[in-house]
Amino acid sequence: MDTIVERTLLKKGAEASLFLDDWHGKKVVIKVRVPKRYRPPALDEQIRTYRTVHEPQLMHEAKAAGVPTPLIYMVSVSESSIIMEYVEGQQVKGLLNSVTEQKRIDLCNEIGASIGRLHCRGLIHGDLTTSNMILSPNGKVFFVDFGLGEKNIELEAKGVDLHLLKRALQSTHYEFWDHCFRSVLNGYAKIVGLERAAKVYEKIVEIERRGRYVEERKQ
Amino acid sequence: MKNIKEHNSGGVCLGIESSADDFGIGISTFKGEILANQSDSYIPSKGGIHPREAARHHSEVADKVLIQALTKAQIKPQDLTAIAFSQGPGLGPCLRTGATIARALASYLEVPLIGVNHSIAHIEIGKLKTGAKDPVTLYASGGNTMVTAYESRRYRVFGETLDIALGNCLDVFAREAGLRSRKGLPLGAAVEQFALKGKKLISLPYVVKGMDLSLSGLLTAATSALHDGCRLEDVCYSLQENAFSMVTEVTERALAHTEKKEVLLTGGVAANKRLQSMLTLISEEHDARFAVVPLEFATDNGAMIAWAGVLAFRYGLVTPLEESFVKLRWRVDKVDVPWIQ
Repeated sequence: MDTIVERTLLKKGAEASLFLDDWHGKKVVIKVRVPKRYRPPALDEQIRTYRTVHEPQLMHEAKAAGVPTPLIYMVSVSESSIIMEYVEGQQVKGLLNSVTEQKRIDLCNEIGASIGRLHCRGLIHGDLTTSNMILSPNGKVFFVDFGLGEKNIELEAKGVDLHLLKRALQSTHYEFWDHCFRSVLNGYAKIVGLERAAKVYEKIVEIERRGRYVEERKQ
Repeated sequence: MKNIKEHNSGGVCLGIESSADDFGIGISTFKGEILANQSDSYIPSKGGIHPREAARHHSEVADKVLIQALTKAQIKPQDLTAIAFSQGPGLGPCLRTGATIARALASYLEVPLIGVNHSIAHIEIGKLKTGAKDPVTLYASGGNTMVTAYESRRYRVFGETLDIALGNCLDVFAREAGLRSRKGLPLGAAVEQFALKGKKLISLPYVVKGMDLSLSGLLTAATSALHDGCRLEDVCYSLQENAFSMVTEVTERALAHTEKKEVLLTGGVAANKRLQSMLTLISEEHDARFAVVPLEFATDNGAMIAWAGVLAFRYGLVTPLEESFVKLRWRVDKVDVPWIQ
């Protein structure tokens, strides 16, 4: 009855609020996509419903691909909410700046390998940032927040996915983003193979050239 | 009338803006008092900006605008302490025209030359005019759409368009729809007027990729909807709602990520009331203050270049003549901003 009172707000994100709760004796996270007043209601509902339905499906498929994701317990489309397992561990965002260089390289390699596993199965995460990765105590990197993900086997989608991670590293881990990204690509190549990794890398360069202000872009 | 001696004691900087269709000259004291902000815009007879024609326009009006600015500020050229100019990013021929004038003035007056990053100038004038200290900034104009915030020495880009700029999207659509621009306003501003009478939300692409967004597909779809016979008002409304929701979502993400307490809207599209209202809502949601740059300083202008020049000059950042070449694709996150903190 008073479950709402028991919920503790973990994080108020831009897109959703995350609550910590107890669900039949299990420690869970409830992800609620709250209505956004700035969008017209019809557009808002369409976006929230789409993401609420797709996120658990993608998380499930990611698991099948060998990428750790939280277990899904319940999905409510009418409330745009997902009840999922609470993953113990630390956000990679905070970790990356504090660990040793070797540990950082290993971590980024593992992240790259996981992205490779997703891409091999045609899964695009859509929002690869270090805030969306959790290192569990047993050393596994969990991927969360598949709300902007999609199923897509195109080279373009894979390129954008990695480009976004590069951009996230540049803005949040600016001191050593290039080392990190190189390790990510190494880990990625180990899974998808050098040839395919090279193609994706070429695509990333092409995507960046499309941007407005990019030094590498030709006139 | 202002006391000239007072300005001299602190210094006066003249700024030249010529990155696109506007040629502007502004004058700022070292204390941030804007003494003049004059401009003259190139208006294409048809189509978009032709860089060479725009550059020709700039060179033709430069002396007139310069005299207007000095007259307005009531100072003589000899009173200037430094000359700042928009060094990039922007259109090559246009930037070069401004840079040439800046070099000539600085050499003749024997004062330092300061190359200013155009995007940083937009952010800094917004902060100066609204009192914002450390905002998440949405800079949306005809050539730029980016979400930036200060983080360790530089403005970092948290989100940006993967293809065309927001203002460009609205401008091109307005041109496709045969809309006319009202005096002194970008063509895209006409879309806002029609959008007010829109009733039906047409389904159009909504493309947010992580913190970045893509607008080119939306532009194509909106143009097709129009050609398929949808009401112009409805298409304008739907285009705005989709495009602005996308940039607002990205801005909110940066706000949640950085946990800053101010949101600043700057650039030419800042004048749009609907975009302002959306950003107001997300600011309230995150207990942040929303600030929007006044219209005069929202579009490209010389005052912002002058003020950014002051900030750089006070930290000893001057541009030697041999390094004063224009930088067409000069990213905001490539520039150190030592005047912050």
